[in-house]
Amino acid sequence: MTHRPITHPLADGGPELKLDDGARVGVVGAGPAGSLFAYFLFDIAGRVGLDLHVDIYESRDFLQPSPQGCNMCGGIVSESLVQNLAAEGLNLPPTVVQRGIDAYHLHMDVGSVRIETPLHEMRIGAVHRGAGPKDLRERDWESFDQHLLERALGKGANLVRGRVDGVSVEGGRPLIKLRTGEQATYDLLAVATGVNSPVLKTFEAAGIGYLPPAVTKTFIREYYLGRDVISRTVGNSMHVFLLNIPRLEFAALIPKGDYVTICMLGDDIDNALVQAFLDAPEVRRCFPPEWRAEAKSCQCMPHINVRGTERPYADRFVFVGDCGMTRLYKDGIGAAYRTAKAAARTAVHEGVSAEAFARHYGPVCRAIAADNVMGRLAFVFTRVAQRLTVARRAILLMTLAEQQRAGDRRRMSGILWDMFSGSAPYRDIFMRMLHPGFAAGFAWAFMKSLWQAPFRGRGQEALQ
Amino acid sequence: MSTGTLGRVYEDGELLLRQGDVGDAMYVIQEGEVEILVERDGRETVVGVAHAGDMLGEMAIFLHERRSATVRAKGRARALTVDKKNFLRRINEDPSIAFRLVETMSRRVRDLSKELARLKQEQSGGQGS
Repeated sequence: MTHRPITHPLADGGPELKLDDGARVGVVGAGPAGSLFAYFLFDIAGRVGLDLHVDIYESRDFLQPSPQGCNMCGGIVSESLVQNLAAEGLNLPPTVVQRGIDAYHLHMDVGSVRIETPLHEMRIGAVHRGAGPKDLRERDWESFDQHLLERALGKGANLVRGRVDGVSVEGGRPLIKLRTGEQATYDLLAVATGVNSPVLKTFEAAGIGYLPPAVTKTFIREYYLGRDVISRTVGNSMHVFLLNIPRLEFAALIPKGDYVTICMLGDDIDNALVQAFLDAPEVRRCFPPEWRAEAKSCQCMPHINVRGTERPYADRFVFVGDCGMTRLYKDGIGAAYRTAKAAARTAVHEGVSAEAFARHYGPVCRAIAADNVMGRLAFVFTRVAQRLTVARRAILLMTLAEQQRAGDRRRMSGILWDMFSGSAPYRDIFMRMLHPGFAAGFAWAFMKSLWQAPFRGRGQEALQ
Repeated sequence: MSTGTLGRVYEDGELLLRQGDVGDAMYVIQEGEVEILVERDGRETVVGVAHAGDMLGEMAIFLHERRSATVRAKGRARALTVDKKNFLRRINEDPSIAFRLVETMSRRVRDLSKELARLKQEQSGGQGS
């Protein structure tokens, strides 16, 4: 690519910054947010007969196994996102989805319980963001990010392989500089770098008022078990742990095709915390007897966004996905979809000024941020349960009773399902926690758990 | 079957939805074919066949009425349900998600208009002879 004179269809200095025929759009990052932004930009522009040129910048090759070709995340496509993508015509094929998830196992020291999907249908997808771990043996599945990127390229986007090294504003327009020295200007720049890319600092220094989100560290590790062993042990369930291990916020085992992914969230995750988790009998029971914790395939410690940026836009700049706004702890890919599409819709129909984004893209970001506030409140419930044995027993007792009876009044199961799967807005979950029926049921289970002896055995039966 | 199939697999002849039932979801066919049947006076008439990518049962999202047709797997088929609640929540945030649905319904109206015109022509031809 060379720096060439570009005819800009945008009127300089005009009060309205809009994309017109032939406008040039740059997208930095080809993760789900970047690829979906490009995909929907073409889709929406095509409906109004707008012809755009879109360049997607990505230095990673998602066809390469190992962290170098991976955007580092647990790799869960939530129930609501699977449905929304299907309604958009973006069906996820079995060559991309490594395992359909139809249940959650909640593991606690007081016992375990299996929570079935409400419709007994596989509506959660476990994927690898890249081609797979660095010791990948068989390439039977495609990378999720590559799949979405190809959908965007299929719509007409142009992939530019290279690392963005600098960003500035020249003549009122975003100017991108690559490490190789090449540069290009755009009428709109969509930033979808996530929160783990060093290029984010460049945007902070670009004088457009962008401040990166607050982040916390996560831990992700892959183990090769083989698909038959996984089907016999972990199965098609996501395993979630509510263990009283200091500093551990949340941990899960996610079955993929031939691998199991361990995903941990907590304060200052270090080797000691990881080891304490892996040594827990509740974790070891999920694996085959011959499994060794040190026989890992791949691991990383990426950051996640825990508080989105205040202003994920400027004139001719929009930040989508993790580097802008995302959901707290869960369904980051779902938030990438929502922000990417809202930004694309705004750019085509409303313009690319900060004001247009504030009016039409801002509400989606603010809705996610407001929902995260409710999420923080909802997570207080699990945090208390983590520390109080009697609360964990009450959760187990109530969930077991619900799973064993017919009917749809499964208040605790529904709350846990939506908390773990990220399928419902946190506001919805929190309001259900305040429902008198739930409060009465939980109070009853709490009283019973105070009087009953620990029923670890009963919980283990439920697991089998 | 792959470990990564989403939705539910329906064997040949299995019903996805039944005419007259109350529905609160629509379906997106992921693999295979399904046939759409309308039952009247005890007789079944196949009124269409849907393939991978097609949406079905969308009337349940917008109308509080019973299913107007039965949908049956033609061979092995796989379909994903889209909940009414989830879909309406998403429409509230982003009405453009309904574009594909509107396109699908528009195509159906067009096909039905053609079919109606053909039937009327046949009828008037029959009366004329």
